[in-house]
Amino acid sequence: MTASAQPDRSLPALRRRGFLAAGAAAGLGTLALTGCGGGAGGTGATSGGGAPRRGGRLRAAFAGGGAAETLDPHRSNLFADAARAKALFDKLADCGADMTARPRLAASWEPGPRLDRWKVTLREATFHDGRTVTAEDVLYSYRRIADPGQTYRAKASLEPIDLKASRALDPRTIEFRLKRPTAEFPNVLAAFGAYVIPRDTERFERPVGSGPFRFVSFAPGRSCTVRRYDDYWDGAPYLDELEFLIANEESARVNALLGGQVEYAHELNPATARAHQDQGRITIVRLRNSAMQAFAMKTDRPPFDDVRVRQAFFLIADRQELVDGALSGAGEVGNDLFGKGYQYYAADLPQRERDLTRARHLLKRAGAEDLRVTLDTSEVAAGFTEAAGIFRDQAAKAGVTVRVRAGSKDTYWSDILDGGTLSCYRSGAMPIESHISQRLLTDSSTNATHWRRPAFDALYQQAQSTRDQSARAEVYARMQRELHTEGGFLVWGFADWIVGTARGVGGVRSDAPANTLDWARFDKVWLR
Amino acid sequence: MIPAHSWLTRRLLLGLAQTAAVVLLVFALTEALPGDAAVALAADNPDPARIERIRAAMDLDRPASERFAEWVTGLLHGDLGTSLASGRPVADYLADGFGPTLLLAALTIALLVPVSVGLGVLAARRVGGAVDRLISSVTLGVYAVPEFAFGVLLVTVFALRLDWLPPTAVGYGTDLLAHPAVLVLPVLVLLSRPVCSISRLVRAGMIDALSAPYAEQARRYGVGGARVCFAHALPNAVTPAAQQLARTVDWLLCGVIVVEALFIIPGLGTVLMDAVAARDVPVVQGLAVVFGLLAVVLNLAADVVAHRLAPRAGVAA
Repeated sequence: MTASAQPDRSLPALRRRGFLAAGAAAGLGTLALTGCGGGAGGTGATSGGGAPRRGGRLRAAFAGGGAAETLDPHRSNLFADAARAKALFDKLADCGADMTARPRLAASWEPGPRLDRWKVTLREATFHDGRTVTAEDVLYSYRRIADPGQTYRAKASLEPIDLKASRALDPRTIEFRLKRPTAEFPNVLAAFGAYVIPRDTERFERPVGSGPFRFVSFAPGRSCTVRRYDDYWDGAPYLDELEFLIANEESARVNALLGGQVEYAHELNPATARAHQDQGRITIVRLRNSAMQAFAMKTDRPPFDDVRVRQAFFLIADRQELVDGALSGAGEVGNDLFGKGYQYYAADLPQRERDLTRARHLLKRAGAEDLRVTLDTSEVAAGFTEAAGIFRDQAAKAGVTVRVRAGSKDTYWSDILDGGTLSCYRSGAMPIESHISQRLLTDSSTNATHWRRPAFDALYQQAQSTRDQSARAEVYARMQRELHTEGGFLVWGFADWIVGTARGVGGVRSDAPANTLDWARFDKVWLR
Repeated sequence: MIPAHSWLTRRLLLGLAQTAAVVLLVFALTEALPGDAAVALAADNPDPARIERIRAAMDLDRPASERFAEWVTGLLHGDLGTSLASGRPVADYLADGFGPTLLLAALTIALLVPVSVGLGVLAARRVGGAVDRLISSVTLGVYAVPEFAFGVLLVTVFALRLDWLPPTAVGYGTDLLAHPAVLVLPVLVLLSRPVCSISRLVRAGMIDALSAPYAEQARRYGVGGARVCFAHALPNAVTPAAQQLARTVDWLLCGVIVVEALFIIPGLGTVLMDAVAARDVPVVQGLAVVFGLLAVVLNLAADVVAHRLAPRAGVAA
């Protein structure tokens, strides 16, 4: 079956995290990422495979979304969608390993004096049908995403742009007019799902993009085949052909990889990775810093409206035990801040350690000695229920009774947004600025800690209006110090994202958190 | 004794009532699922405004009674509705997944009967002998292993260690008959438990039948052992097994979900799992109604057959 019957109703393509309810597969699920930009220089180790070699066909197994899958890149939701979109299309920018925006279709960008106008120059690139990528294509794509009658995922990310006033200065130059100063505007260009499609494209049965591979065939929920695009602006891929295959069960992806039915398996469990790490049959690639792991405390509700209780909880957590137990050791400890290793991360703050004496003291001063709280968790992401159980035992040592409540995984994120007081939380990679704007401002749409402080909002606006990068870094540092001392996120770790490859595969980078530029970047992968 | 046609009428009426109950239950249960397609789609980006927009776009904000009436009207016209996720007719989803699932089920049933009856008879021929003990302990052991675990075991041994068979059907599409090797392990997993339960029933029935007075009598008349076994004892021994077989067909539908997930076979089980995960309610409802009707029809057929063959069993209804 090829791609017949794509949705032509104005409906969002529904699909879920790429794992099955029935499965023992511990999927970490979709990383809801607003992207940021591209490949930070050449420090990343690659998996084996020797010198690059041209030719061959690579089969990659991902978890998928069934018969409702679409190749409309603006509807990307799952990892499988994102990987296919990346093969077929380009964004203006993409995120590097440190979440800084790297130019892609945009050759360069230049802000106006007040940071509310940005001039973006396109590089010379062509779509698969030979047409040149122009400013009009970009504006068409962005206006499609921002359509008020639609629910494209990147819509919220593009919100700062005034698309009515934005215009093409010439075929290769766009002037974006913004609703307010936005110093991190390049992050918007790298947003998850902000792909450039040819002007007037409405249907995606045979998608035409400017990406490294051109479309061959697509069977929703089963497979998608693409072939090398020789005129790709970033150099033609090594591979002749690439096939995305859908395998929802983690065990099936591993078996297919071990049995030689695929050469790349996305999203493996830590236990699988450990079992095959040194066996020599497959190569395990760990993408560090891919998913923040945290407990979210509602800062406006008792008992967490008292900052001393939040601080006590920070001190209760034994982070290494959580990483070892809930992530099977596949990750590193966190310091109650999002974005370890990313640009602007406040790495100079001291690592918080467990201190039960001080925790008890703080609880006593807050009048919360026999504290009882309910911790919401769910099977929605790998390690959530384990983390909840471990934290319950850790809290008991400080005299806090934690009751673990397991909720439905299908409605979990919506349930904890405004319900409960303490919950398991996770986030995929995104720039620290996006994390703040989506989750920590008074009007943020997914503010799970109910962190609403006008002074904090003002700092964010100040950062966005600050042209000088080091001055901006200073503002971000101030905001992070405040979060580290008083915030609602107890960030205990950062999980690795685990990919398995056959031994003959080269060029799979490990310094690429899931959904960054070099993640699933099959144009730079080769077969020996 | 009740006249046959009156029994049949009552049994058919019961079937109709069961069908109506299935339709009502399917709607009520899917309605009771926590969350809806909009919440499921939003996943870990649950911006309330976005969820509302999705909900409105999908007509999820209309009252349940209205949607139920519309759905039942559609069903009566043979229209299963339209997928929320893709806008395609639900019937298309069923058609897509039907082939591989039917193939698996047909192969399983075709092998199930001879294998389980053969094993049961073999074990019963010399009760307590080495063959009997081997068959009995292996069938008991295998029966105790869940399909998922058994499947993983088979894949590990036959696909990954010995490299005799492909571990999954990934990349083969829907034309599985063209690659018979990929069917071996899935069918083995599907067979594992029913073979065990039915062969044990056949064995028990055979032991009873072989020690029954009529078998003794036949032997006293000098009828050969094989003839007593196959012509006299076996037909009586398989009656309980035949009813178990009808139940097995129901069970196969569940087994198929596990097996399809494990071996990446794009059948109805996969369609159902994807639809549940996406809260694609029309697809879930359509599949549930079809599965439910299938169960009603199969049980009806089994009852009719049993009623005809063994009226003394006093079939339910």
